[in-house]
Amino acid sequence: MAKPKIATTSLAGCFGCHMSILDIDERILQLVELIDFDKSPINDIKEFTGECLVGIVEGGCANEENVRVLQDFRKHCKILVSLGDCAINGGLPAMRNTISLKECLDEAYLNGPSVHNPSGRIPNDPEIPLLLDKVYPCHEVVKVDYYLPGCPPTADTIWQTLVALLSDKPIDLPYELVKYD
Amino acid sequence: MSDNLETVVKTICTGFENDKTRMIDIVRELQECLGHVSDDAMDLIAEQVGTHRVEVESVVSFYAFFSKEQKGKITIRLCDDIIDRMFGFERIKQAFSDTLGISVGETTPDGLITLEVTPCIGMCDQAPAVMINDEIFTELSGDAAVEIVEQLRAGIPPERLRRRLGDGNNSNPLVSAAVSNNIRKFGEVIFAPLECGNALRKALSMSPNEVVRAVKTARLRGRGGAGFPTGMKWDFTRAAEGERKFVICNADEGEPGTFKDRVILTERPELLIEGMVIAGYAIGAQEGVIYLRGEYAYLRPFLEDTLQKARNMGMLGNDVMGHNGFNFDIRIQMGAGAYICGEETALISSCEGLRGDPKNRPPFPAQKGYLDCPTSVNNVETLCCVARIIDQGAGWFSQIGSKGSTGTKLLSIGGDIRRPGVYEVPFGMTMHDVLEMAGGTGAAAVQVGGPSGELIGPDMYDRIICYDDLATGGALMVFGPERNLLEVVEYFMDFFIEESCGYCTPCRVGNVLLKQRLVDIIHGQGEPSDLTYLEELGASVKATSRCGLGQTSPNPILSSLKNFRPLYQALVKEGQQFQPTFNIQNALSTAKDIAGRPSMHFAE
Amino acid sequence: MSEHTITFEIDGVEVRASHGQTVMVAADVAGIYIPRLCAFDGLPPYGSCRVCTVKINGRFQSACTQPVAEGIIVENETEELLEFRRNIIDMLFVEGNHFCMFCEKSGNCELQALAYRFGIAAPKYPYMFPADRNVDASHKDIFIDHNRCILCARCVRASRDLDGKNVFQFVGRGPGKRIAVNAQAKLVDTNIDVSDKAVEVCPVGAILKKHVGFTIPIGQRKYDHEPIGADIEANKQ
Repeated sequence: MAKPKIATTSLAGCFGCHMSILDIDERILQLVELIDFDKSPINDIKEFTGECLVGIVEGGCANEENVRVLQDFRKHCKILVSLGDCAINGGLPAMRNTISLKECLDEAYLNGPSVHNPSGRIPNDPEIPLLLDKVYPCHEVVKVDYYLPGCPPTADTIWQTLVALLSDKPIDLPYELVKYD
Repeated sequence: MSDNLETVVKTICTGFENDKTRMIDIVRELQECLGHVSDDAMDLIAEQVGTHRVEVESVVSFYAFFSKEQKGKITIRLCDDIIDRMFGFERIKQAFSDTLGISVGETTPDGLITLEVTPCIGMCDQAPAVMINDEIFTELSGDAAVEIVEQLRAGIPPERLRRRLGDGNNSNPLVSAAVSNNIRKFGEVIFAPLECGNALRKALSMSPNEVVRAVKTARLRGRGGAGFPTGMKWDFTRAAEGERKFVICNADEGEPGTFKDRVILTERPELLIEGMVIAGYAIGAQEGVIYLRGEYAYLRPFLEDTLQKARNMGMLGNDVMGHNGFNFDIRIQMGAGAYICGEETALISSCEGLRGDPKNRPPFPAQKGYLDCPTSVNNVETLCCVARIIDQGAGWFSQIGSKGSTGTKLLSIGGDIRRPGVYEVPFGMTMHDVLEMAGGTGAAAVQVGGPSGELIGPDMYDRIICYDDLATGGALMVFGPERNLLEVVEYFMDFFIEESCGYCTPCRVGNVLLKQRLVDIIHGQGEPSDLTYLEELGASVKATSRCGLGQTSPNPILSSLKNFRPLYQALVKEGQQFQPTFNIQNALSTAKDIAGRPSMHFAE
Repeated sequence: MSEHTITFEIDGVEVRASHGQTVMVAADVAGIYIPRLCAFDGLPPYGSCRVCTVKINGRFQSACTQPVAEGIIVENETEELLEFRRNIIDMLFVEGNHFCMFCEKSGNCELQALAYRFGIAAPKYPYMFPADRNVDASHKDIFIDHNRCILCARCVRASRDLDGKNVFQFVGRGPGKRIAVNAQAKLVDTNIDVSDKAVEVCPVGAILKKHVGFTIPIGQRKYDHEPIGADIEANKQ
């Protein structure tokens, strides 16, 4: 029987949550006994190869590409997990949500105290994904099944959740593992 | 800080004996005088009355009629009520806006005129209506709006603008308002002919206990909407300890769609005054306050005059009607544009010169109300009923109406009917009969009791107007089949968001969330589970809100979901792959404008 | 010890209380925790957050303002009430801009701790991300971050009743309600002092002392290991 598959991605995140996945340390050996990784930065598979049991999403949606990837995850994954504060509430990138997009770009590329931009242009290559009007938590874009808060969530939180999901048991994390920082 | 400002503030504050509990009056006068209450003015007021400037600011920023920013000499307030929207609000707004060359919320560059909108000003039977300073203009056309602006620009003050005066006391020189009474049905309690002083004379020949007993025997219940037994309220107030007690008449008629108290105040103020004096006698109060909503300021000179006449007749003052030792007088407290002040404890806060925040209960006003003294707050219509009960007898009164709901009820009926206006009917009429009476038998829906009440459809027109079925303060808004009911619901939610005091979490936040999801659904971005979302959120707001406003604020959504569910079901879509509330094109529109290129992932 | 003169019930448990106590205080003494945010020992009850909503004889009331009475039946930990309370906590999270990951108060924040106690992993309502909340860092020792304010009025009451200063009061109404300071412009223009009680009582990170952020390491903060209310529940007989 084929092993169930897991996919992971980091949208508008810092990869800190992925570092935390790696922090499960030697348990990753147990994990690969149980599952295969599909699309994930861990194995560098860029596109989905098939249907997955679990999709793990770090980061919120800051641009159109984030939305496309997230929708792709929703399409391919039976269970979608928002991993970390950015996926859940936008996190640090969402600090721009109280400022207009124009003002953000001007500050970042034109007016900021450390900006050196002699061209005076805001980067606008067609390859650059367009930004959204604000950073959206993942569950405001697609339906999300589970949330693991934390900045980042601890390796234990991630491990216990995966074990529960893979063994089809309810996720029942102890008090100390559900934290927002 | 100009010396002039200092003089003005000092004069005004001194006029109110530097009493900080008269803050609403002080700020109101300053606003009228200077067109705003500036930072410097707030400092000066605080210093003059001995309070902190942030306390003054908290009041100034609470009431819609006060402002920190400079307003024009004249403020035009368009009544933005759902009924007005049905009868030409947009047209009027456009006309004023175009003629003045400004948008709502702005002031003309010459500083003459500010244009604003305001919720229901109690003229639903003669919409569209506007307030110009304290003056009211009704049944306006676009041409009339243009003419008004021209006259104002020519230097004619609002009170001297050309107008056709209304019927009855609306033509009294002290009122001189272009307002119609539209009394369509005269009942035997409120609108029956009046012999001034009879009821009071009879009351004073009884003991206070006998007066309370008569009100109890008549089984009189509050007419404002909540329906609390009046006699019981008086018993509590009477029994409460305190040298000083108060009767407050709640004339802050703000529930959209309601205008019956306006007509009572215009045509039966003597009956109200008698009722208040009787209440004072019954509970042992020496002072009465009429809390008059800011929108009815045009009635104030007339009411002051009526009070003065009552004083001259000996109905107010020391030894009322020669009754040794019973002293009672009444003052008018003006409101300043806050629906929440119709809630009795918020009304008391406002009388005390504070923000219109409701108070915690207990203690109830009967024990600790205005200025911490035992206080009975009664509706205008209730107090009028009291006078009649004493005059005609409790038995006579309790024969009218139905068993649990004695007497008559004034209904304010507006909307899609042929004869909008005020109807005094005995309790116990079916909605069907009411609609027939008012010429609205084809109605698709009726909002009973204002936004905080219930929206009912034709299958419920056999329901009865009484406390045990369709309980209402009297507002009936009738909607014809061509009306979009969800737009009505959306308007009502906007109203509650605008009028929430913001004190408690569920009302302050919950209503914003409710409205947001409602709008999503209206825009086709809803799914069936959103109906449950609305119901659960609404239930939370109802259960956990602190006062009557919050506890009824989700009603527009909850009652339309209950009685008009197919309207929602037709809009929500099942089985959506992503979140329907997320719209990628909207989310990208700013970036597309800035970058000047289309999305690479999401074609339009 | 005061004399217990009143007996009533919370979730079927008999509780004895003295006349004039609130349901919340009586419950605290009995070791029964009723969640709260605006209530604070030593400040007059306010009743604004509504997290302490209980059902008393079938009616919803705030436990912090409701006095005890003989024989009343109080429901506290029912499914219905827990749901309502959770919803209120969710509302407060989406109403402001609460970025726990960089907030100095994290680990010691009562709003966050309540969310932990209720096992909230994400609020069920959409975030509002209000843009009109600013930061007043004008004072040398204290700052106000309105993004995090939950309008509980603890600072208003503490400044008025404990410090005798009236540094804070609310302005505006409805969703636009905000804390304001007793000055035309900024906190620095008031007579607030870093030793004021008003600075201590903020349940969230809206009023904070400068220069002392992040001094307690993660793992040693108030709510790192024990849920909020555990201290009260430890009183249970």
